[in-house]
Amino acid sequence: MVQINLPQNSKVEKGKFFKDKTGSKNIRKVNIYRWDPSTGENPRIDTYEVDMDNCPSKVLDLLNKIKNEIDPSIAYRRSCAHGVCGSCAMNMDGKNGLACTKPHSEIKGDINIYPLPHLKVLKDLIGDLSTLYKQYESVEPWLKTTSKTEKENIQSKEDRAKLDGLYECIMCACCSTSCPSYWWNGDKYLGPAVLLQAYRWIIDSRDEDRKERLKKVADELKLYRCHTIMNCTNACPKGLNPAKAIASIKKMLATS
Amino acid sequence: MKSYKIIDHEYDVVVLGAGGSGLRAAVGLSEAGLKTACVSKVFPTRSHTSAAQGGISAALGNMGEDDWRWHMYDTVKGADWLGDQDCIEYLCKEAPRAVLELEKYGVPFSRTEDGKIYQRPFGGMTKNYGNEPVQRTCAAADRTGHAILHTLYGQALKHKTEFFIEYFALDLLMKDGQCKGLIAWNLNDGTIHRFRSHITIIATGGYGKVYYSATSAHTCTGDGNAMVLRAGLPLQDMEFVQFHPTGIYGHGTLISEGVRGEGGYLVNSKGERFMERYAPKAKDLASRDVVSRSIAVEINEGRGVGNEKDHVHLHLNHLDPKVIEERLPGISESSRLFANVDVTKEPIPVVPTVHYNMGGIPTNYKAEVLTLNGSEKTVPGLMAIGEAACVSVHGANRLGSNSLIDLVVFGRAAAKRAAELVKPGTPHEEISQSETDKCLERFDRLRNASGTNNTADLRMAMQKTMQSKCAVFRTEKTLKEGVNEIRKPFEGMDDLSVKDKSLIFNTDLVETLEFDNLIRQAITTMDSAYHRKESRGAHAREDFPKRNDEKYMQHTLSWCDGKKTKIDYRPVHRSTLSNDVQYFPPQERVY
Repeated sequence: MVQINLPQNSKVEKGKFFKDKTGSKNIRKVNIYRWDPSTGENPRIDTYEVDMDNCPSKVLDLLNKIKNEIDPSIAYRRSCAHGVCGSCAMNMDGKNGLACTKPHSEIKGDINIYPLPHLKVLKDLIGDLSTLYKQYESVEPWLKTTSKTEKENIQSKEDRAKLDGLYECIMCACCSTSCPSYWWNGDKYLGPAVLLQAYRWIIDSRDEDRKERLKKVADELKLYRCHTIMNCTNACPKGLNPAKAIASIKKMLATS
Repeated sequence: MKSYKIIDHEYDVVVLGAGGSGLRAAVGLSEAGLKTACVSKVFPTRSHTSAAQGGISAALGNMGEDDWRWHMYDTVKGADWLGDQDCIEYLCKEAPRAVLELEKYGVPFSRTEDGKIYQRPFGGMTKNYGNEPVQRTCAAADRTGHAILHTLYGQALKHKTEFFIEYFALDLLMKDGQCKGLIAWNLNDGTIHRFRSHITIIATGGYGKVYYSATSAHTCTGDGNAMVLRAGLPLQDMEFVQFHPTGIYGHGTLISEGVRGEGGYLVNSKGERFMERYAPKAKDLASRDVVSRSIAVEINEGRGVGNEKDHVHLHLNHLDPKVIEERLPGISESSRLFANVDVTKEPIPVVPTVHYNMGGIPTNYKAEVLTLNGSEKTVPGLMAIGEAACVSVHGANRLGSNSLIDLVVFGRAAAKRAAELVKPGTPHEEISQSETDKCLERFDRLRNASGTNNTADLRMAMQKTMQSKCAVFRTEKTLKEGVNEIRKPFEGMDDLSVKDKSLIFNTDLVETLEFDNLIRQAITTMDSAYHRKESRGAHAREDFPKRNDEKYMQHTLSWCDGKKTKIDYRPVHRSTLSNDVQYFPPQERVY
């Protein structure tokens, strides 16, 4: 039988251990994936002992505490700290989510923190999202109309309600990077995040390009690599349902 | 100094920052056929515009009669007469068109029964020059900023704007008092990039992170403001820092004024709706400085709630759950996540929290940067927009929902002005190598700092000093102590430690550069506050409780070179832009 191994330089090694220096009785171990492209070294898992008596409730607070008090070299993205900017998406305890909204009390045992899965890692917890951003651009996320009115477009409350559950997407990529189809075909399959956005414009009553938009995504690879695994919907930290949006696109194509 | 690989670029215009104002400017510049680069330290949709909740003001009149002149009066009064009325006229007159444009771009605004853009009441927004409340604030539920930011990014993609994402800007390139571009560090691969441009537009947002508790994002470090200071130019009205009345107690997360717009109200430990005493007419919808001060007084006089009696309650549990679900879903989520509160059943614990900087880079209504050289003069090649700018339309206190409209009105104005000033493809002048060397010398020194002080510790010292010495209420004593104390973290940089020496995503160095930016703004804020011996808008001096129009109807200008500052003043513009409206002379400000 064929044996498949990771290349030598991809093997994750055991890293440094940062022992608690505060003397706290309430310690948790935090294991964090580290990789610095400038050293030529393998990725490693560093372990930090953290005093939980003086740590606010979210995983991002924990990371900030480590960065501020133990090891300033650790790299991760973060900005708004309340779940609207989508910067701090990562894999915590085996699940994708936003570090700023995920309580560490929900994690049992050691706290394991990794970058979002199946992205090229740029450094430590920072993944390369450039492919996803290009795919987002490919669905032409802007309103297409020919109306030349001075006033606003009129949209009924019912039509506007069709955008709920779609426009709130923060493009954190938790869904797409939890999707096995996207793992294997991420260069061609658009993935749940981008398909949710595609549907947001398809279903907007003000948009006049619905037919063309549908035609553009109706593709064996772009759309139909979705096999309704539903990891996307489970992963979404905003409670959105990309699987349903994809199903809606498929239904529109099947009935048009 | 190690030699750095430098990559050169030439553009007609460079926009620094990709939030609401930067993106709106970039769209306009691309439309005008100017070769435009948009440089940002974060991916555009991560910008802090995404956190704006309640809405964007414009006298559309969708929910009853409205007039841009009423909006102008409210803004002048909200600003406590420190705003320039020519600029405020421009803002309010242009506002309706700017909102309709956003709708056409695709912003998913909430709708009225007849399908028009939904508008809600907001603090300080009134009908007929200060009478009853008006519904002027256009909303996309309570995620208006998010909806606008994502839509503008889409427009920028449509217009094929060239983005340089996750590039951290270091300094402006100046020559004979003119701006010729900027230098930035590409975090993705560690290279240094020199952008030459005929016009540089700074759209880097506010610097809320000089305070310990702020609704601002981690990235709100006012990088552009600090670049302007290092270029030897002044910042304006830095003492005016807005405390939002309702940040979640203990966490600082914003709870939109839209909550009070939809009927929510504040309550003290006695169960009393105390705003009725401070603002008999507007009550909970008085302007933000008034509500924040009222909360601070309630707490100081022992009527706060909780074990420490150090916050108050915001009730919306009397509202119809359907209204909450439709119009305030985002704050329901935030309250659950960060206060463990079900807003349909319990009140939200809130406290005034640093939220917005009225001060920033002085500009005229065309977004051209101003300096003082005898009288006010423009700085060729340099523009500023959004929270980074001080136009000044917000004066001493910004009204809620006037910031989002500021972004798009002046983002558009900047693009328009740039198109008048620059002919596409005009050749670039040579800039002396010494500008680049000076910039990289600072970069290299900080990168290789191997002393004993951690950036995080210095930042904490700065934030605690600002929080205790330059808060809602200020006195000669606290400010004098603050002026001395705030220089200590700056001195601490002489013995700084940066552990990570690498160049790719070196966030240790990013935070150090951000701290170097923050501390200069903290010093100018403290010094400007010390020198303004009156109370006006967000600047409340217990020892000078009255506004002093004779002496201080002036904008503070502050230059900062290291620890040294220079303070000067320029008069507030006391005229309007056109004859469509009369100048509003100063009045007593009551709500």
